[in-house]
Amino acid sequence: MHYDRIVGRVWKFGDDINTDLIIAGKYKLSITNLDELSRHAMEALIPNFAEKVKRGDLIVAGRNFGCGSSREQAPLVLKHLGIGAVIAESFARIFYRNAINIGLPAVECKETNRVSNGDTLEVNLVDGYIKNLTKNEVYSVKPIPPALLEVLASGGLVNYVKKYGRLPW
Amino acid sequence: MGKTIAEKILSLASGKDVYAGDIIVASVDAAMAHDGTALLTIEAFNEMGGRGLWNPSRVALVIDHVAPSATESFSRVHRVMREFARKYGATLYDAGSGICHQLMVESGLVYPGALVVGADSHTCTYGALGAFATGIGSTEMAAVFMSGKLWFKVPETIRIEVNGFLQSMVLPKDVILKIIGMIGADGATYKAVEFCGPTVKAMSMDGRLTLCNMAVEMGAKTGIIEADGKTIEYLSGLGVKEGLSFRSDEDAVFSSKISLDVSGLEPQISCPHKVDNVRSVREVEGKEIDQVFLGSCTNGRLEDLRIAAEILRGKSIKKGVRMIVTPSSRSIYLQALKEGLIEIFMRAGCIVCNPGCGPCAGAHQGILAPGEVCLSTSNRNFKGRMGSVDAEIYLASPATAAASAIEGKITDPRRLLRK
Ligand code: SF4
Repeated sequence: MHYDRIVGRVWKFGDDINTDLIIAGKYKLSITNLDELSRHAMEALIPNFAEKVKRGDLIVAGRNFGCGSSREQAPLVLKHLGIGAVIAESFARIFYRNAINIGLPAVECKETNRVSNGDTLEVNLVDGYIKNLTKNEVYSVKPIPPALLEVLASGGLVNYVKKYGRLPW
Repeated sequence: MGKTIAEKILSLASGKDVYAGDIIVASVDAAMAHDGTALLTIEAFNEMGGRGLWNPSRVALVIDHVAPSATESFSRVHRVMREFARKYGATLYDAGSGICHQLMVESGLVYPGALVVGADSHTCTYGALGAFATGIGSTEMAAVFMSGKLWFKVPETIRIEVNGFLQSMVLPKDVILKIIGMIGADGATYKAVEFCGPTVKAMSMDGRLTLCNMAVEMGAKTGIIEADGKTIEYLSGLGVKEGLSFRSDEDAVFSSKISLDVSGLEPQISCPHKVDNVRSVREVEGKEIDQVFLGSCTNGRLEDLRIAAEILRGKSIKKGVRMIVTPSSRSIYLQALKEGLIEIFMRAGCIVCNPGCGPCAGAHQGILAPGEVCLSTSNRNFKGRMGSVDAEIYLASPATAAASAIEGKITDPRRLLRK
């Protein structure tokens, strides 16, 4: 994965997108197969989201994305559907940790309100900016701490351990 | 410079002098995963080449979310958990033991000054014992299983002082709902919330656990209450002697201080579909309901069952309404049995389920149909959480739940006092 340039089309969501909206507990607690589980991602907000979304698409949201449960299945189903990054004004803390730990870029950007559904963005995590290619605007992002960026760049914690033979801490 | 309780515990756990904002690696004192999160943890543990637990006596695995199993795929998850626990010597709480958070509190693994992590967002509950406890993800839990260590950002603390006597039928649940309504669903993100003041001091441990349980509904990393004589007494009743009781220093730096007088507080209710959508019960009185759920890690403890039973004694729940009662643990169930509470519930027409999460997570034992309305004593009313995305969930206290079950509609429990 190239962290210097993630380009994708935007699916825009609002504030407080909780983990039950991302993947409902009733599915998480009955389906253990990720392929099957992913089919229900975001369905309460956008019916058949899993069929509509294309690999490389981006999720852009408002405040407190991923609030609620600690379920790692929430970032997992998004990654499984090929979401390139989740960009939000702010994240709930466990979702943020989980996303990085499974290798899904979670990017904090205060200007997500300027992004519209369907825009194409270019995300640069190394230099810390987002370019809106549709609107020709540039937004700044909150840098991901270096230690976490390393976990992310390895493709998550499990891959980090496989690569380096030790935990990052 | 003075420190908050959170800074003191994380200093102890990291062996350094740390303050809010520092990123640290700390040793944890106990770790927990349940059947909703343990499978991913075990898979990550195996993939990372885990060969043993850092300290098996400090690791608990709990089968509570779908207990006993409702589907074959979950029966398999449970089997994997049982085998993992046997192989590596972790403590397994099998189906029927109770809800992870209640079991952790009863297990003695949580004590004042401890740093505890759980693969569940409501791990923050244990702050009621003066511990620093927070929810983490499954994969990082695997790393904790292996190493006993994890990175943390030392949080700032919001201090909430609660003053005043609660009126009859107004409970700790009403206090925390009020606070969440004030602070908002993300008002405490990344922060610790310390509850203090005479009202909190006067609360039993059951009530304090209810407060801390819902800290995460404001985004908080943890809820925390200074351990006092009541905490020590409660723990010694469980045979726990360990622990260091910390209090925040006078000159500690808080991100904000809030003070709240609850003397005139009315019963509160969180309306669909966000926990911070809080009103007084009076404002939504009369709304017809289909199901009432008394239970969960928020309100399935003895004090909760007692007040509900007191209201339901000699009465029946409204025809057409189902009321599901799920004690939070086996020991609570047994005590409720001894006190005659279970009989009161059964005679009133309730369904009494085995200890566990029950319908809270929408897995079984009371899944909502489209259009149905549920009044629950749990902690989340997200769209689709307890079944259909077209169902509605209201969150309230055990007293409001019992009163509403009798009337078949949302009811201010103080109304029954006046009758
Ligand atoms: S009772 Fe509900 S909130 Fe508590 S641990 Fe179980 S599912 Fe989670």
